[in-house]
Amino acid sequence: MAYKQFILVCGGTGCESSKADDIFKELHAQAEAQGVASDVQIVKTGCFGFCEKGPIVKVLPSESFYVEVKPEDAKEIIAEQIVKGREVKRLLYKDDTQKERIKTEEIGFYQKQYRIVLRNCGIINPENIEEYIARDGYAGLEKALFELKPEGVINELKIAGLRGRGGAGFPTWRKWEFTRVVKEEQKYVVCNADEGDPGAYMDRSTIEGDPHSVIEAMTVCGYTIGANKGFVYIRAEYPLAIERLKIALRQARELGLLGDDILGSGFSFDIEIRLGAGAFVCGEETALLQSIEGNRGMPIPRPPFPAVKGLWGKPTVINNVETWANIPVILTKGGAWFAKIGTETSKGTKVFALTGKIKNSGLVEVPMGTTLREIIYDIGGGIKSGKKFLGAQTGGPSGGIITEEYLDTPIDYESLTALGSMMGSGGLIVMDEDDCVVDVSKFYMEFCVDESCGKCTPCRVGTAQMHDILDKITKGQGKVEDLEKLEKIGHALRRAALCGLGQTAPNPTLSTIKRFRQEYLDHINGTCRSGKCKDLVTYSIDKDKCIGCSLCARKCPVNCISGSKADKYTIDASKCIKCGECFTACKFNAVLKK
Amino acid sequence: MAKMTLDQLRKLREETKGEMTRRETEGKEIQVIVGMGTCGIAAGAKDAFEAIVKAVDEHKITANVVIRQTGCMGLCHVEPTVEVIVPGMPATIYGKVDAAIAADIVRKHLVDRKLVSGHIYDRPAIDIVNK
Ligand SMILES: Cc1cc2nc3c(=O)[nH]c(=O)nc-3n(C[C@H](O)[C@H](O)[C@H](O)COP(=O)(O)O)c2cc1C
Ligand code: SF4
Ligand code: SF4
Ligand code: SF4
Ligand code: FES
Ligand code: FES
Repeated sequence: MAYKQFILVCGGTGCESSKADDIFKELHAQAEAQGVASDVQIVKTGCFGFCEKGPIVKVLPSESFYVEVKPEDAKEIIAEQIVKGREVKRLLYKDDTQKERIKTEEIGFYQKQYRIVLRNCGIINPENIEEYIARDGYAGLEKALFELKPEGVINELKIAGLRGRGGAGFPTWRKWEFTRVVKEEQKYVVCNADEGDPGAYMDRSTIEGDPHSVIEAMTVCGYTIGANKGFVYIRAEYPLAIERLKIALRQARELGLLGDDILGSGFSFDIEIRLGAGAFVCGEETALLQSIEGNRGMPIPRPPFPAVKGLWGKPTVINNVETWANIPVILTKGGAWFAKIGTETSKGTKVFALTGKIKNSGLVEVPMGTTLREIIYDIGGGIKSGKKFLGAQTGGPSGGIITEEYLDTPIDYESLTALGSMMGSGGLIVMDEDDCVVDVSKFYMEFCVDESCGKCTPCRVGTAQMHDILDKITKGQGKVEDLEKLEKIGHALRRAALCGLGQTAPNPTLSTIKRFRQEYLDHINGTCRSGKCKDLVTYSIDKDKCIGCSLCARKCPVNCISGSKADKYTIDASKCIKCGECFTACKFNAVLKK
Repeated sequence: MAKMTLDQLRKLREETKGEMTRRETEGKEIQVIVGMGTCGIAAGAKDAFEAIVKAVDEHKITANVVIRQTGCMGLCHVEPTVEVIVPGMPATIYGKVDAAIAADIVRKHLVDRKLVSGHIYDRPAIDIVNK
């Protein structure tokens, strides 16, 4: 017989360790005892990402979300909810802060995320324009063309308070207005889908999952500012996104949503795809425009800003993929609706690509003002394998590490900058105690050295110098004065570099020197806490603890551990490549890492 | 299809919207939606897709089942992901779906109308478009 209700019991490792399995069994027993076993199916699920408040039990179709459930609660859940159809109120999760941030709707049940940008991702078939249309697709364009008119569109964006999601957070309406008021025959609309920040894939996923949202928004922009031509600049490493975009463009043209005289409005607009070669600096807007023009992708000084003098010297609006994807919703639901979500200065949501030492990595979209703690612990399920949290990097190579003590800061453009990091495009990399901040800073600096276009001396020379010093420190050859040197070069770079790459390149290093000064000093004194900096660790075996099981010797990739049961085992330090395999392998803590 | 006027676009929207609700309410059509973003495909979404097609065929329910693809559901750590919408049952997202689990889903969820234990994942957010 068909079940009427379903009880989902979290079967993730977090909840299992706190008795989820007993709850599962008890629910079964109670359903049986109370004679409703054929009405309700009780199943185990994967982690809800909310292990902090586990064990989690969810009942469908009522969407009741129960937290910190105990086996004793099973009886009541069955008796009240399954038999009588009433929620067990005392077990429901109450989240007042979240309600504050999403004032628009009384969401009747607990939700961690709020998807505006990703509204269609994972729901529609991105290769079928009709599914997009059915979900209010192109209704924003309709409204722009026939109701709002250019001034009205700008006004909605202004009310919405939408700011650029590509990193800098510039108010979108202002950018559009600058371009709109310039009197010029030819103007352009550009979508920045370069996404070069290591660890970020929000823009790729948005285009792969919902390409029409970008197309619709760019068309609205063309109409608003008086442009007939748009370009999507996307990196060639994104073949699936490019393919889906091509299909979407073709379908939009076929239906007359792109091309001449769109929907009989008299307005014409079309979009072309331009492939980027994957240089990080080509994501910088002036370099990107240079690259579209067929020149080498190198930044040029601003002002003049692209809004006034952009592509081929013509006024150009350039926005990030995520910025674009917000716009159709702002038009259909209204700027005022959008402005209710988020914080005072930063409206709407932000998409993050949550990666690193996190249990549940993935794309998350949360209202601005959500804290990092909520993202990491209530959505991401916390740190993988129960290790200690070290920090979270936002803003990629331009950002900084945010430490435990600041995890409760509501995230918006201003608060992240105040913490010495930045919003960036949305990469969010979680690090645990096994990571080394000096090593991470070196990694990002190396990235900047490689990606620096070399046009201006401060960046070309400065990043290389900073990298050399960091490299020295990770090898134990640093001096205390080096920290001062790093800070000095860093501050000079911030002021003197031509583009954002150079200006922000010192951020990871400067923020970690500030927050993890002791770790730098430890390296200078010859130790790396995490063992990541190979020159600073040596592995050895404590003969008193070793029981001679030989496991480490079998794991060692270079066979430099030898011994016998009687003699115990030893490491030949001259051959050791410091891979750490033996350290992880030994079950008796006999391998020492120093 | 040919170029549309404003009225035609509105009509098309109403029709497709109606079509989507009909699918959900009338109780005949089952939808299986496979996440096919770059990471889904890398994790084996194509194998899951094929296994579903095969199983649906074997159970001779092809006429009642629509198998579709979609983009990232946000549950990247448990790719491949598959959403199953059976009328009268809560829409369910399954994660880490390999060919064997895909076959299980078809047999248990689509045919027997039971959830498949152990592979269900929570939907990350409400749908703002239909709210
Ligand atoms: C080195 C560097 C790389 C950048 N990379 C990107 C990128 O990949 N994607 C992006 O949208 N913006 C990137 N930006 C920001 C752009 O210059 C620009 O501010 C943005 O495209 C404007 O769009 P928005 O107002 O919608 O954010 C980068 C900036 C710098 C300095
Ligand atoms: S700051 Fe660096 S990337 Fe930017 S223009 Fe100067 S050299 Fe090129
Ligand atoms: S794994 Fe540990 S106990 Fe076994 S031989 Fe190696 S050091 Fe000794
Ligand atoms: S660290 Fe690696 S190379 Fe060195 S002894 Fe251990 S297993 Fe062998
Ligand atoms: S293990 Fe249950 S919520 Fe994560
Ligand atoms: S990209 Fe595949 S689920 Fe996120």
